[in-house]
Amino acid sequence: MNIIDRRLNPQGKSLANRQRFLRRAKEQVVKAVRDASGKRGIQDIENGEKVTISAGGVREPSFHRSSSGGVRNYVVPGNKEYVEGDTIQRPDGGGGGRGSEGSPDGEGEDDFRFVLSREEFLDIFLEDLELPDLVKQKVKQSESHSLTRAGYSVTGSPANLNLVRTMRNSLSRRIALKRPKPDEIAELEKMLKEAEEAGEDPEQIQALREQLERFYLRSRRIPFIDPIDVRYNRFESVPKPIAQAVMFCLMDVSGSMTEHMKDLAKRFFMLLYLFLKRRYRSVDIVFIRHTHEAKEVDEETFFYSTETGGTVVSTALEEMERVVKERYPENEWNIYAAQASDGDNMSSDNAKSVTLLRDVILPMCQYFAYIEVAAEHNMGLSALGRETELWRTYKQVQRPDLPLAMRRVRSRREIFPVFRELFAREKAGA
Amino acid sequence: MGIEIVSKPEALLYEGVDWDYDKIKRVYDAVEHIALKEMGLTVYPNQIEVITAEQMLDAYSSIGMPLMYKHWSFGKHFARDEMLYRKGYRGLAYEIVINSSPCISYIMEENTMTMQTLVIAHAAFGHNHFFKNNQLFQQWTDAEGILDYLEFAKAYISQCEERYGYAAVERVLDAAHALMNQGVHKYPKKRSLDLRLEQKRERERQEYQEQTFNDLWRTVPKPTAGQRPPKSVSERKKLLGLPEENLLYFLEKKAPRLEHWQREILRIVRHISQYFYPQKQTKLMNEGCATFVHYTIMNRLHEKGMINEGAMLEFLHSHTSVVFQPEFDDQRFSGINPYALGFAMMQDIKRIAEEPTEEDRQWFPELAGSGDGMAALREAWANFRDESFVLQYLSPHLIRKMKLFSVRDDAEDPYLLVEHIHNERGYRSLRKMMARQYDLGFLEPDIQIVDVDLAGDRKLILHHRVTNGILLDESDAKAVLRHIANLWGYEVQLVEVSAVSEAVLKEHAVTAPSGIV
Repeated sequence: MNIIDRRLNPQGKSLANRQRFLRRAKEQVVKAVRDASGKRGIQDIENGEKVTISAGGVREPSFHRSSSGGVRNYVVPGNKEYVEGDTIQRPDGGGGGRGSEGSPDGEGEDDFRFVLSREEFLDIFLEDLELPDLVKQKVKQSESHSLTRAGYSVTGSPANLNLVRTMRNSLSRRIALKRPKPDEIAELEKMLKEAEEAGEDPEQIQALREQLERFYLRSRRIPFIDPIDVRYNRFESVPKPIAQAVMFCLMDVSGSMTEHMKDLAKRFFMLLYLFLKRRYRSVDIVFIRHTHEAKEVDEETFFYSTETGGTVVSTALEEMERVVKERYPENEWNIYAAQASDGDNMSSDNAKSVTLLRDVILPMCQYFAYIEVAAEHNMGLSALGRETELWRTYKQVQRPDLPLAMRRVRSRREIFPVFRELFAREKAGA
Repeated sequence: MGIEIVSKPEALLYEGVDWDYDKIKRVYDAVEHIALKEMGLTVYPNQIEVITAEQMLDAYSSIGMPLMYKHWSFGKHFARDEMLYRKGYRGLAYEIVINSSPCISYIMEENTMTMQTLVIAHAAFGHNHFFKNNQLFQQWTDAEGILDYLEFAKAYISQCEERYGYAAVERVLDAAHALMNQGVHKYPKKRSLDLRLEQKRERERQEYQEQTFNDLWRTVPKPTAGQRPPKSVSERKKLLGLPEENLLYFLEKKAPRLEHWQREILRIVRHISQYFYPQKQTKLMNEGCATFVHYTIMNRLHEKGMINEGAMLEFLHSHTSVVFQPEFDDQRFSGINPYALGFAMMQDIKRIAEEPTEEDRQWFPELAGSGDGMAALREAWANFRDESFVLQYLSPHLIRKMKLFSVRDDAEDPYLLVEHIHNERGYRSLRKMMARQYDLGFLEPDIQIVDVDLAGDRKLILHHRVTNGILLDESDAKAVLRHIANLWGYEVQLVEVSAVSEAVLKEHAVTAPSGIV
């Protein structure tokens, strides 16, 4: 008998099969993921997700008999009172004790539920989304080079000489070629000297002299350090993408924003947050909320604290400008901003907002998305084309060549489509 | 009085629930002694592998084999099993055992020591003995060759994926899997699966094709129509070896538009299907045999004082849940439990051999009172498959004990009819019907390729011989036909014909796929 412990074998032999399955079920999984994200809180999205897909594309058909029609016989256990010729009411579904029949993958008929890991879920959730115009700015500097150690080489500049490696080579060569060691020579010299002084047998002196001569010769022929010992540190230049971006989240938290609107805005920002986290190696996020005055706050406060007051949009833009000036030099950061608002603004502030947006904010932004959140019952008004204060104001700025996008969102269901629309890869001239 | 000790009580093999390698070794030796010396079993060499729950799921999803080519359906099964397991809807099997030499049994690290003992008795001796001795396995499978063959299959398919792309390979595998049940020679000669031969053959075929490839042949003028007189239908069928029930075999050999590698993939799937065919035919006996063996061995271990009361109780608990047979009106009823019926029949055979009643003597004149129950069982295990086993050994005693009765379900009638019950008049019919429930030839629809006009439109015609008026499931049949059409490359038609009157009951047709597979 052999007993083998297989527990340490590489796990996840099924991974390749699982990937093939996901690829196969892609279309349905994508749909299921979209549905799931519409129904659930966005924070939950960070965890994996149970998705249900219909059996359609992953059914494995085989020839088998239909479950209805015809004449069948079953032998079943547990007779209590029946005698031959008794009749039994047909149970619902025609079941009556079906033997071991049914197709081998009868479950294929049902909807098929399984759990996606977080990575799998997010991959599908965010696929083919792209931050727009990442390339436009800093095409040349989108990569920096850094040097990384990459072993040793036999050529190089003296500054890169690796002493340890070189000496090790030298030592082994000297041992291999039997180069006399300095103390061996010293000892021989001493012996010779003593012998000469003592006036010993000239033949012996001669022998010592010859041996010393050979030692001298050998250590001249076999140098202490030979060019073939020398090693240099080798460096390779590795391109490093400057994948750094900063995202400004601007939100109106004034009294006119209902819970529903805040909820929509929150969801939109969460989506962005997730998206950015995946897109960039380093992402900074700045949360700015405003009433009649704007403040930079942390994430917690941004999403979960309440405040009331008037609405002055320009304060938020000014705050953003201040933060950029202070911490995010335009030539080093890709700057994105998203603003969520119910569209209310003090009329007196409109002109200032327009100027700020056009002259200060847009020139430094890669992309500025304005999301107008509306109450669900507000559909009628928008359908009639009534535009809010802020919408009308921003519309003055909008030009095809400016990176400004404006969308309205009314219900949770619309968040994802709008998000996709805004950030879809290869945007057709939005 | 009591001075003579007949057999010295043995020391306990283990105590408590934790297992370690020493204990397993000790238990294995004790179990082996009982199995080989006392029960007279013969087995392939054993290899026991300890795995985790996740690896068990892995093994499940690739139909229990340690090596398997990659395909999405295994991923699908993994995803489903994993979810069911994590949610606690379903436990995992305690073991998986593979019909190979050495016989590999997987045991899970989560098992208690008693479970490991049970699994060793069940898998490493029960199943192993059955694999080695049952004539179906001897005749049809090659325990020495299977792992090598799977290795070859896995490598070959992954090469194909590299060369021709996932999608192309997947299309062929999907189609082949859909036809797996129709990919079996029911009366084959034993063919050994020799890896080297297989690879050599494969290479030679490819080399031959490469050597003989000559683009000039394309330009050779084709014989004009009418030169050859069209063959008669019967002559044509004879040339093609029709009718043919092994659809995979036919397509592999005769489909006109398949590439070489596509044929090879069909061949691989067909071999695997063939390998599992005996297992499908002997599920009842195989599980019954393993259950009987573990039951006997565990009881012997306890008798000899090698396992304690606690272990025995734990064993009995899991044993009874394995052989539990709910009655037909029970919520949990889902057909006849092969462990329960198999185990009960085997205990019954032992009883008939050793302590027969008058009735047994009438029904089983040769077996009754033969004295050696184990010998009778070994003979049964070696020579039967489920259907013939039930037909031979299901006794009136057991029919009464299980209160078996038969129900006739005619879709035309508004009610079900109780046809036979466990009385004098019913025994023989019940036994016959029960045997039918294990007859694969009867359970699986009888589908054959009956005709194809190679000179004409190349339409492939299949017949389903309908028994008892039960037609094929329509949507699945359509889907499988599409797979066949993909492989065949031309139109495919399936006709459902009554086996009694030859009347055509239903027709399905699928047009030729537009592109080549």
